[in-house]
Amino acid sequence: MRYMTDRKRASGLGSAKSGTMHHWHMIVSSVALVGLVPLFIFTFGRALGMGYDEALVYYARPFPAVVAILTILVGFYHFKGGVQVLIEDYVHGFARKALIIGMTCLSYAAAATGVFALARIAL
Amino acid sequence: MSSIVTRLTGNALIVAALMVVWWFIALATGPEAFARADGFVRSWFGDLVMFLSVWAVWYHLIFGVRHLIWDSGRMLDVEASERFAMGGVIASVLLTIFVVIVL
Repeated sequence: MRYMTDRKRASGLGSAKSGTMHHWHMIVSSVALVGLVPLFIFTFGRALGMGYDEALVYYARPFPAVVAILTILVGFYHFKGGVQVLIEDYVHGFARKALIIGMTCLSYAAAATGVFALARIAL
Repeated sequence: MSSIVTRLTGNALIVAALMVVWWFIALATGPEAFARADGFVRSWFGDLVMFLSVWAVWYHLIFGVRHLIWDSGRMLDVEASERFAMGGVIASVLLTIFVVIVL
């Protein structure tokens, strides 16, 4: 150990491990959502209030369906990253790990459910 | 203040997001399931959650853009940031009213 240089000892111990990549993923997904969210609000908002048959026909159309799929996928990915930082800031120890794993599972499960639903409506 | 509300709105949006997913899977399942989910989303409680979430999503979007501007190394002085925050709060309210009127 004592033969290692100071730089070698410090390597990998700083804040910049996977944090930089995490932040970059939040940036990329947020930029995508700046476009997707308004599109989703105005397509979903129109469908909400339709009857069953009308809503089914509406979401079988490509544009509203693709907007919804992308918003759900990118949105839950963005949530997964955001809620992880929230948990890391306020929760410690085992509860932190358990919550992050739980929220990650919830995010992917909700995203998969949404995409499956839209695929089934469209096909 | 405006920064912590960005965090709050972002994480609170999970409630509306899960309601939306429920609505979609119900629509894909059948008329009875749809009636149940649609009835809940459009009940007074669902309406309240959706209304607050529309504001929350606009707020989070506008103040998320502020983070993107900061990350690019711009608008880092307190005065400009606070001016953006004032405008952002007003814009989020106006956009929410606009959505409620249009939809």
